[in-house]
Amino acid sequence: MTTLADVAPGVAAAIEARDVRRVYRLDGVDVDALRGVSLRIEEGEYVAITGPSGSGKSTLMHLLGCLDRPTSGSLLVGGRDIARLGDADLAQVRNEEIGFVFQSFQLLARTSALDNVALPLVYRGIGRGERRRRAKEALEAVRLGHRLGHRPTQLSGGEQQRVAIARALVGEPRVLLADEPTGNLDTVNGDEVMTILERLNGERGVAVVLVTHEAEVAARARRLIRIRDGLVVEDTIVAHGAAVRS
Amino acid sequence: MNPLESLRVAGESLAANRLRSLLTMIGVIIGVAAVVVLVAIGGGAKSMVENEVEGLGSNIILIVPGKFAFGTAPSLSRLQYSDIDLAARVVGSPDDVTASITSGEEVRSGPLDFFATVQGLTQTVPQIFNRPIAQGAYLTKADVDTGARVVVLGADVASALFPGEDPVGRPVTIAGVRFRVVGVAVRRGSAFGVSQDSQVDIPITAAQRLFGVSAVQDLAVKAPTPDRIKPLSDQLVAALSAKYPGERFSAVTQDQILGTIGRILSLLTLVLAAIAGISLLVGGVGVSNIMLVGVRERTREIGLRKALGARQRDVTLQFLIEAVLLTAVGGAIGILLGVAISAAVGALSPLPTQIAWWSPAVAFAVSVAVGVFFGVVPARRAGRLDPVVALRTD
Ligand SMILES: Nc1ncnc2c1ncn2[C@@H]1O[C@H](COP(=O)(O)OP(=O)(O)OP(=O)(O)O)[C@@H](O)[C@H]1O
Ligand SMILES: [Mg+2]
Repeated sequence: MTTLADVAPGVAAAIEARDVRRVYRLDGVDVDALRGVSLRIEEGEYVAITGPSGSGKSTLMHLLGCLDRPTSGSLLVGGRDIARLGDADLAQVRNEEIGFVFQSFQLLARTSALDNVALPLVYRGIGRGERRRRAKEALEAVRLGHRLGHRPTQLSGGEQQRVAIARALVGEPRVLLADEPTGNLDTVNGDEVMTILERLNGERGVAVVLVTHEAEVAARARRLIRIRDGLVVEDTIVAHGAAVRS
Repeated sequence: MNPLESLRVAGESLAANRLRSLLTMIGVIIGVAAVVVLVAIGGGAKSMVENEVEGLGSNIILIVPGKFAFGTAPSLSRLQYSDIDLAARVVGSPDDVTASITSGEEVRSGPLDFFATVQGLTQTVPQIFNRPIAQGAYLTKADVDTGARVVVLGADVASALFPGEDPVGRPVTIAGVRFRVVGVAVRRGSAFGVSQDSQVDIPITAAQRLFGVSAVQDLAVKAPTPDRIKPLSDQLVAALSAKYPGERFSAVTQDQILGTIGRILSLLTLVLAAIAGISLLVGGVGVSNIMLVGVRERTREIGLRKALGARQRDVTLQFLIEAVLLTAVGGAIGILLGVAISAAVGALSPLPTQIAWWSPAVAFAVSVAVGVFFGVVPARRAGRLDPVVALRTD
């Protein structure tokens, strides 16, 4: 297996997982969702994760995004071991280092696109005016500068996911994690979302990790990680990176 | 997240569920309004009694036989008419001493009658108590010295027996004995629906003969200044104890009466407020319940906020502020309602009301405390939610 770590050793990874295990306890029965995963996500990388349903992709994404803690093994974000962080510090890592995009958008229904995007900055203690300015910028970056006051219900699925991407982006994170971002979208909208992710990765250098079931989506990434039964079974650099193409 | 931001978010979420918020507040509104109204009624009663007692006159000392206490009957009096002179020597002024005998009796004029409080008194009464005369004159020293059968009528008695007429100079019978009306007292009004004007005053000497008693029930003395009240009380009790060995006498001052009645009324007010407080408590339980429902409903929102960087503390604080906002707004509305109801009760019913400055303040503080107390459990539950689990619920 060839990874960027082999190509450029010594550079601190954006996120690094070392022998990460995650065991869910369900009605007294242990479910091994991840059974020892080690991987490095480098700064500025564009990675696709695929694998069959139930293989542990979402579990891995939650761990990479510090939404969850591993049962064993360690996770380093920007070189910092998150096992040592308390609730408040972990929240800060989520807020500042990670941008998360969900399959089901997860926008606040009664809130405008602008305020949805500004939400992460609320927890950074940034004033309202500055928040809105940055949120507007982020929305413009996903070509939604004309939809600032719209509520999620007044937006198409593709537009909603772009709002969610703007929200993930507004805090200028190290890594953008997207768990099946096109899963709820048709081909046209899905394509647009992918294009935006690629452009952001190319222009801003934010690392993108996305989970997908679709072969075409996976094919556009520069690195492909395949997961099966809670283990990484393949991790390859794809020569014809799609991000370059756009 | 700064507190102002939390307040804004809390306000928005309450506004989003306006009807529910209002219904939740109703318990708190009713509780606070009830506390304010009942305390106002208690306060009104207290201040009315105070006005009553102070309106009697100033620096008055009552000397009664036995021990003055609520719960024990007054002792049978062995005080004599001549003890007025004894008291006058102690005080140094005969004009500042009087004595009384009281009995409820039928007062008649022709076919009309009235059951009045008949008081045997002396001519010095207007000097000691506030008892202004509307028509005619008060009893004279000669009336008292000779035991003349003359009477000063209370305003109610006068209007009942002599409707639309001038009673002065007219005859009445008291307990079957003829008296001549020499004066009518100024109307004093009623306290707690009990008339203060159903009293008639006759010379104490006439009262002794009318009731067939030689003792007088009590003595009343006016101290020249407030700081003389205590020493004079002690001297009077000492002088009487010396004259009647083995007997016990008590000096009762206005402050003592006020203190005793004040304590009873304060306790009553407190009990009423506590009962009203129960509804505030029930309101608090309602708040807690609706907050728990809110946390469950907004689980996904909470999960999202945490995923985006909200700390446990931020989420807990947000829900706590929401609960407190709910009870604080409810408390404020309750205070306005309570003040309005108190004013209406004072204006439209015989119950007097008086709003003490502290009662709205305390009611507000308590409603805020109720919000904190009943908001803490739901708020902590919200703060502890696991973001992954929360995001997956729908
Ligand atoms: N909260 C949980 N409690 C118990 N078991 C869980 C929990 N979450 C996930 N699992 C189990 O862990 C395994 C991995 O789940 P995960 O959601 O990571 O799969 P996935 O690869 O994302 O699947 P999909 O492609 O269908 O989204 C599955 O067997 C799932 O049943
Ligand atoms: Mg999944």
